[in-house]
Formats: sequence, structure tokens, C-alpha cells
Amino acid sequence: MILTNWPGNNKTALCITLAVFKKMTDNNTIKLTYREAIKQAIREALQKDDRVFLMGEDVGRYGGAFAATKGLLQEFGPERIMDTPLSESGFVGAGIGAALGGMRPIVEVMTVNFSLLAMDQVVNNAATLLHMSGGQLNVPLVIRMSCGIGRQLAAQHSHSWEPLYAHIAGLKVLSAGTHEDARGMLLTALQDPDPVIIFEYNFLLNKEAEIPANAGAVNITKAKIRREGKDISIITYGAGVYKALDAAKELSILGIDAEVIDLRVLRPLDAATIFNSVKKTHRALLVEEAWSSVNVSSEISARITENIFYDLDAPVQRLGGVEVPVPYPKHLEDASVPQQTDIINKVKKMLQHA
Amino acid sequence: MVEETVIQPVQAIEKDHGSRLLYQMILIRRFEEKSAELYTKEKIRGFLHLYVGEEAVAVGVMQALSAEDNVLCTYREHGHALARGIDAGAIMAEMYGKVEGCSRGRGGSMHLFDAKKNFYGGNAIVGGHLGMAVGMALASKKQKKNNITCCFFGEGAAAEGEFHEAMNLAALWNAPVLFICENNLYAMGTAIRYSHSVVEIEKKGPAYGIETMAVDGMDILAVEKAAKEATGKIRTTGRPFLLVCNTYRFRAHSMFDAELYRNKSEVEEWKKRDPIPVLQQLLLHQNLINQNDIEVINKEVQEEVQKAVDFAETGTWEPVEELTKFVYSEKISEK
Repeated sequence: MILTNWPGNNKTALCITLAVFKKMTDNNTIKLTYREAIKQAIREALQKDDRVFLMGEDVGRYGGAFAATKGLLQEFGPERIMDTPLSESGFVGAGIGAALGGMRPIVEVMTVNFSLLAMDQVVNNAATLLHMSGGQLNVPLVIRMSCGIGRQLAAQHSHSWEPLYAHIAGLKVLSAGTHEDARGMLLTALQDPDPVIIFEYNFLLNKEAEIPANAGAVNITKAKIRREGKDISIITYGAGVYKALDAAKELSILGIDAEVIDLRVLRPLDAATIFNSVKKTHRALLVEEAWSSVNVSSEISARITENIFYDLDAPVQRLGGVEVPVPYPKHLEDASVPQQTDIINKVKKMLQHA
Repeated sequence: MVEETVIQPVQAIEKDHGSRLLYQMILIRRFEEKSAELYTKEKIRGFLHLYVGEEAVAVGVMQALSAEDNVLCTYREHGHALARGIDAGAIMAEMYGKVEGCSRGRGGSMHLFDAKKNFYGGNAIVGGHLGMAVGMALASKKQKKNNITCCFFGEGAAAEGEFHEAMNLAALWNAPVLFICENNLYAMGTAIRYSHSVVEIEKKGPAYGIETMAVDGMDILAVEKAAKEATGKIRTTGRPFLLVCNTYRFRAHSMFDAELYRNKSEVEEWKKRDPIPVLQQLLLHQNLINQNDIEVINKEVQEEVQKAVDFAETGTWEPVEELTKFVYSEKISEK
């Protein structure tokens, strides 16, 4: 599907594959999978800047564990698409070093589950060097990690570590819960002088969505209202975004007008967008897959309470992951994270509460 | 006794060069003795790890590096910073926590940085900087720069997974890294025989296809020669090199160490091989310097150390309002 050896050109449009062209609609949007959005972003980044290279486990010859980088090795060569050994700490450290040395590395950690092996590099090097050096050293590194629950991979392969990374001062932490962000966050992150972590969601890989044909770099400092509403703010990120939007659609049939906020940026948090929404709707439901205790929602709940408590018509509510290592059987796995029906039921309850 | 330890020079040594090496080692020694004193006066706080006894390694290796080469060190890096040419005043001010410090006081003793000197720490998680060194060398290679990256670490780090990952990656990617293992026989208080199944660190390089050499780290001329040979090879082949410098720490691990793990007699035995008197005797023996020259060196060192202390004393404290500076860059990415 991908045209290999496509001449290097910085025009975004040229990156678009013929197959995607066929899907272009009248509104000048294109329909593409989340996987394709990721790949287009990486290709564009590689085409635009010689300093950019991708490294990670199986990104080249294998084509990416989830086929998101298929064909890129053939197109860009082994210097720019580097297969690494299974040495998470080693190659994340090398990514930090390469960033210090003037490159713009994209380091792919195959899944978030393996990223703890590199946690020391992220926490003690990437996140601290600017500060410890008194502002002398920048680490313009982007680390991409796939994550998400829902493929029956059991406890060790189903972690939601977004809150862990969102806890670390010195990092910028992004969550690409939509196709638009999968297509655009990487490009902006590569312009950033500081280390950026991007979470991508595996269960979205095959999902198709329409994005503008000229989609590209997106803002990486603000949360985004994905659906406007007046009755309640559903605040979520990552795996929760499409679930919340689907829930909001059903709720609208019941006459409930829910606003859906996609946090997008988990650190530093865009509190203004959250507060403005909750001041308007007076109710906040926070949804995420990570274990409920000490997660991103905990932080947002605290900030709402600290700052706009008197704007609330109901207590802030959270729907988070059940505090259990994620089990293998489908019915138990499904029960361990918030589902669309959970969101709907919780919203209905909260509105009756008023 | 000292006469017995006169080393045979491994190479002809020039007067000026010999004096410079001696000056640098004495500077490091006196600077650190002063640091220890200032620590007891609570001018310097936190951790303070002294390099006393190991000076020949940093000074010797630095002779083989160019200004363009990158240097990464451990938390026992005052000596390396001085040998790299970072101003003693900026280092002392850093240990005082003053804005005039080489890391604006944000790092302290364990985190000396100087981007202009390509000096990248001051890294205090054992082994944590080895992967970074590989990445820096990789960046040089990708940009077709001819510089190499020199990474100092102790034998304690060689027991970390980081060491093995970094060695493998460097060899796999042909990254021009000079790995310098400063084997001072103790990882804090654990002797090498209790932490390594194979105590000859030089046997670990070949396992990764990395050319390796071991050298007497108490002999500065031997270290210098070995380091130059290593950098010569790296610059020619682009391949990494592991140089093991066998050395010894005369003082405690840090200021909190009661040294329960080794006998005083062992320390005294090693002190007979103190690299400073050894080089001094050699230079005297060869009539390259005389007692008067030594006195001049000592006087100049004393002045430099005092100047550094004065500089640190008169330095300024960063206003608390600037506490959260340097967490993120001031240039913010907005679309």
C-alpha cells in the first residue's frame, strides 16, 4: 500500500498513500485507520527533518509489532529506522544521549508494559538534565509507547501507566486518544526542546476515522472539547475518548447533553479548559482506565475541588480501573475498566442527584 | 620508601607536560581536601565523594581527549571536571549551591555540568549514564562528526544491567565510545570479589566484541599512553573501546562512610603508590623539575584553591521565586 522510495518531499500531501486518496471525501477529509495516522506522522517527521530517526524493538525488519512502521525501513534505510535489541533502558538512554548530541530521536517502546525497564532513564536522565545542569542541556526526545486494555493480554501486558508518567516533573506527557492526535502530536512533540512521552492506544489501531486531508501538527499544550454540551463534563483521555463520545451520543437520545473533554496533555495539565467546562455544566465525571487510586482523575478532582468547588451542583465522580491486576478472561477484563454503559449509568445517576 | 616506588616512564616525558600533569593532580588533591574541610564546616552539604588517590585516571585520560569530545562521569567527578578545564571557582560555587556554580547551583557535588566544555555530568545513578554515552556517540556518528564520547564509571557500574546493555549497543552500532572503568575495588563498601563473579573487568569487553585493555591506574603516564592508544583506535575504526584503570580510593566512599569494610593497612599499602609523589619523584629523578618547581606548583595550586573558595563564598543564592525554573524550557511549543 505504501509507495516505497517515494522521493523525499516535505509536502504533507505527498505522504498520503494512493489507497488513502481513494478514500478522500467531498469535504476534503480523509478516512484512515489509527495505525495509518501513526505511520503518516512518522513518515512526515522523517521527511521533514534529517535529525529525526526512529529506534525501537522490531520497528524495522518486522515492520513494527503492530505494523505501524511497516515499509519505513525500506523507505528510509537502517540509519533512520533502527531495530534495537531488547534493551529498553539501554536504547532509551541512547535516545537521551542522541538528543543531547543534536539529533531528534523518536524512541518507540513497544508497549508501555516494558517501559518500566527504562523508567530510570526517563525519570533520572530525560526529566532531570535540564534542571540539574542549570538550564544548559535540553533533551528533545520523543518516546512513543503503545498501551491499552482489551485484547485479553492478562496482567503483565495490560498496564495503564499514564498516571505514573504524568507524575514526573520535567516530562511532557501526551495521550493520543483520537486519529487527529495520532497524526499530529508527534510532529509538534519533535519541535519541543523537552522530553515528550506519547501514549498510543492499540485497540484503536484498526479503527477508521475521518480527519482533514491536510491534517498535521497539532497543539500539544491544551485539552480539547471533543463534543460540546451543557449538562455534564465527561473528562477523559486516551482509551476513554471514543467511549465517552459514544456514551454522549446515547445520552443525547435520553435528552442529556454531555460535554466531552479529551485531556490530551496529562502533564502539564490544561486546567483552564477543564475549569471553564465544569463552570458551564456544573458537573464533572472523570473517566480513565488506570487504577483509580492516585490516577490522573484524582489530580483533576482535587484541582476542581480546590479551585471551582462552588460551581459544582454535584460531587465530582470518577470511573477508573478496578484495582486488580488485569485478568485474562474477556468478561473479567471488560469488567475491570469503565465501559460505555458504565459511563451512561453514572451520568444518569449524577443528573438525578441534582 | 618513596624511592622504591619510582616508576619507569612508559614514554619520554617533556618537562612542561610533566609539570602540567603534576599540577593538575595536585590541584585535584588540594581542592578536594579543601572540600572535605568545607564539608565539616557545613559550607558544602549533601553527598561529597572524594577522588583522592584516583587522580591519575582522570588527568591521564583527559590528555587523550580533544575539546570536541564528550565527557560523561560518575558522581565522583570533581577531578574530571577540573582536569577538563572547568574553572575551580565554578565547581566550588556549585558545591556551595550558588548561582555562579557550573550548574547554577542546581546540581551540587554530584552534578557538575558544563555544556561549553562538552562535560555532561556528574551522573549519580550508578550506570545510568552509560546508555546516554552510547547515544551521544551515535549522534556524532550520524552527524558525521569526528568526536568521540568518553564515559567514566566504576567497577560497581559494571555489575549493572546498564553496563551490559551499553556495551552491546555500542558494539552493535559501532559507536565511538571510550568506556573508562575506574576500578577502585569497592562499590561503596562491597569489595569487587563480592560483587563480580569475574573480577577482571577487562574480560567483559571482549564478550561484546569490544577491544579492551587494563592499565595501572596509579601510573599517570601509563594511563595517558593507554588512553591515547584507545582514542587513536576509536578515531580510526569508529569502534568502542574499554579501558580498565585499576586504581584505589584513599578516602571513604562519602562523608558518611565509617570504612568498616577494609583494613587501614590495605589503605596504607595503596598509599605507597600514591600517583602524585610517584610522578613527582619521577620528574625529579629525571631532572625535569627541581624542588623549587614543586614549591611553585604547590603555591599556585594553593592560590587557585583559595580563589575558588573566595569565589564560592561571594557567590549569590538563587531567589526562591526561581525555584521552578529549568523544569521545562522557556520556549514553549505552541502550534
